[in-house]
Amino acid sequence: MFKKQPQAPLKDYSIGTALLYGSNITRLSALIFGLGNFCHKQIAKGLCFLVTEILYIYYMVVFGANSIVNFISLGTKQQAEVFNEKLGIYEYVLGDNSMLCLLYGVITMFITLVFILFMIASVKSAYFVEYEVKLGKKPATFRQDLFSLKDDKVHVSLLTLPTLGIVMFTIVPLVFMIFIAFTNYDKHHLPPGKLFDWVGFENFKNIFNMGSGAGNIGKTFFPILGWTLVWAFFATFTNYFLGMILALVINRKDTKWKGFWRFNFALSIAIPAFVSLLTMRTIFSESGPMNVLLRELGVISHNYSVPFWSDGTLAKVMVILVNIWIGVPFTMLNHTGILQNIPNDLYEAADVEGASPIVKFFRITLPYMLFVTGPYLITTFIGNINNFNVIFLLTGGGPVKLDYYFAGETDLLVTWLYKLTMTEKDYKMGSVIGIMIFIISAVFSLIAYRRTAAYKNEEAFQ
Amino acid sequence: MSINKTTSMKTKKTVTNVLVHVILAILSIIWVLPIVFVILTSLRAEPGSYVSYIIPKEFTLANYQRLFTDKSMINFPRWFMNTFVIACCSCLVATFFVLCVSYVMSRLRFKMRKKFMNIALILGMFPGFMSMIAIYYILKGIGLLETATLKHVALVIVYSGGAGLGFYIVKGFFDTIPRAIDEAAFIDGATKWDVFTKITLPLSKPMIVYTLLTAFMGPWVDYIFAKVILGNDKDAYTIAIGLWQMLEMEYIQRYYTSFYAGCVIISIPIALLFMLTQKYYVESVGGAVKG
Repeated sequence: MFKKQPQAPLKDYSIGTALLYGSNITRLSALIFGLGNFCHKQIAKGLCFLVTEILYIYYMVVFGANSIVNFISLGTKQQAEVFNEKLGIYEYVLGDNSMLCLLYGVITMFITLVFILFMIASVKSAYFVEYEVKLGKKPATFRQDLFSLKDDKVHVSLLTLPTLGIVMFTIVPLVFMIFIAFTNYDKHHLPPGKLFDWVGFENFKNIFNMGSGAGNIGKTFFPILGWTLVWAFFATFTNYFLGMILALVINRKDTKWKGFWRFNFALSIAIPAFVSLLTMRTIFSESGPMNVLLRELGVISHNYSVPFWSDGTLAKVMVILVNIWIGVPFTMLNHTGILQNIPNDLYEAADVEGASPIVKFFRITLPYMLFVTGPYLITTFIGNINNFNVIFLLTGGGPVKLDYYFAGETDLLVTWLYKLTMTEKDYKMGSVIGIMIFIISAVFSLIAYRRTAAYKNEEAFQ
Repeated sequence: MSINKTTSMKTKKTVTNVLVHVILAILSIIWVLPIVFVILTSLRAEPGSYVSYIIPKEFTLANYQRLFTDKSMINFPRWFMNTFVIACCSCLVATFFVLCVSYVMSRLRFKMRKKFMNIALILGMFPGFMSMIAIYYILKGIGLLETATLKHVALVIVYSGGAGLGFYIVKGFFDTIPRAIDEAAFIDGATKWDVFTKITLPLSKPMIVYTLLTAFMGPWVDYIFAKVILGNDKDAYTIAIGLWQMLEMEYIQRYYTSFYAGCVIISIPIALLFMLTQKYYVESVGGAVKG
């Protein structure tokens, strides 16, 4: 310490600076939380840090360390039948539960992450006090610290609970499922009876395995991926353009009873989606009203019914048509507002030039709409890739195709994911499919957000 | 000659107008007919599922009555209450989360902000079902799936837990509130918390109502999460699962018409709420401070 200490950067309280330029007490705060605070009489704050550290160490000793070991091995002792000589019967001896090993492992990892964040906070807090004292200021009292949670640090108090919710019910489950994609967790390795184990990238290879043996799902994955993209394309663009045309037609100057027409279409929005979907399913079922009507009208013979849901191609068309019924009123209402925002002088200028309605649509309306609703289109597209309700409630993915791996012809990747996990208990492939869906959505979102000015320059209108 | 031209243009205009109205009428029928079908079937007196006619021979209100009186197999009033309580609780929690996150993202600048927004964006790209199974096991692990009440608590947590991620619309609204108002308050000695509770929130009433209503409607019509969490516990069912069950093999003959009565009953609150949301949505799109 005879060397002249280099000047610490001003107003920089980051962890790197703290460790480089801080005193030894500050550095020791990484080992004994709150030490820096104790030395500067911030007892309450220091105690908060210290108690957190003690709690974490207690957790690790009692439970955490063991759960990390189990996470790596995923359990070694399988549940077994052991003959109990005294009673003369076979008894089950509990083994390790691989699923719980994995889950507790993930939870311990997150708790450790929080611990590390606290460690950083402790060092930073120690450095901050040290720095303030060096500048000749008085260290903040606990009361002042609490008050700053209402002012300068209000984001901490406002974000804690929502973030906790997000971490516990979105991020932890996701990480857990991502890990499962690297194991052989399926109905042949079902805890608590059996153990499952790490298999590396084996499951991802299966996707590209086009053979016909069990577990080779390439033959199912690629057709379903194709249909998912076709569906997302049609579902998005039919709704978009038909909704726009409907809005334009109703908004026309010469159209009468505008409110009445809008009300007719908006009526279907007021009905919950699952009700209207189930209704549509019954209307078009084998002996449902639609077939009855066609028979009465003599379009089809009396002992025949149109296989709306049981013919693969027809079912696909029907799904898209029903989706139009459900979606167009939404887009119509949305677009009505935007259309009214188009500056009227554009149209007046076009009228002076003698442009026909069709030219006006393609040269003014459409470019304007695409400009305003571009990002919305792409998010809708991603939403449709993940559109579970329409397919699940209408067809349930059916009609079943035998050379598919537990999937039907109208199954999307999401509904297939649902079937694989909920009914077939093939959790490993389910997670792999989930990750693939994520990759596809991510690619489209990246394209979308890179192009959105609103995302790059969100403060333009503030 | 010129008179001739204007009359021909006029006839052309009339023809287009008639055509447009005819098309609108046909489309309206297509859109309204299924709804009429639901209402007619809910009033049908003849039992059984499918019949070979659409307009019932006899009208009755018995289907509605049966929903609320016959509790032997289908306990509709209980499901209704379950759903109502769950939807109310999760809508309050979710709205609180969304408002907090939106205010922070809109008004405060701190180091993790951009990171938080990017993470929210990425998380939105994972299919929700992927984490569903894991959530189920986590809830089971902390013992939230023992009784019907606990299952409902679990559902509320599931519906509102990740709500903080859906902050984009409300953040966009907060962005339209002029900063000058905040700064004036700061000069008067207000803390950021004061600004949030005493300025931003009161100025955002339409947006708060909109958030509350959309957060209410989600759980009200959700089928899939409720199905996974509630399993086969009939007393704990929400309306969506209960109604779906009425269409299953063993119930369909007896409950088909009651199913539609149930549909009408749960659609009414949604229809009313929808009209409200539209009103508030339009108001909130207009911005917080006018002129």
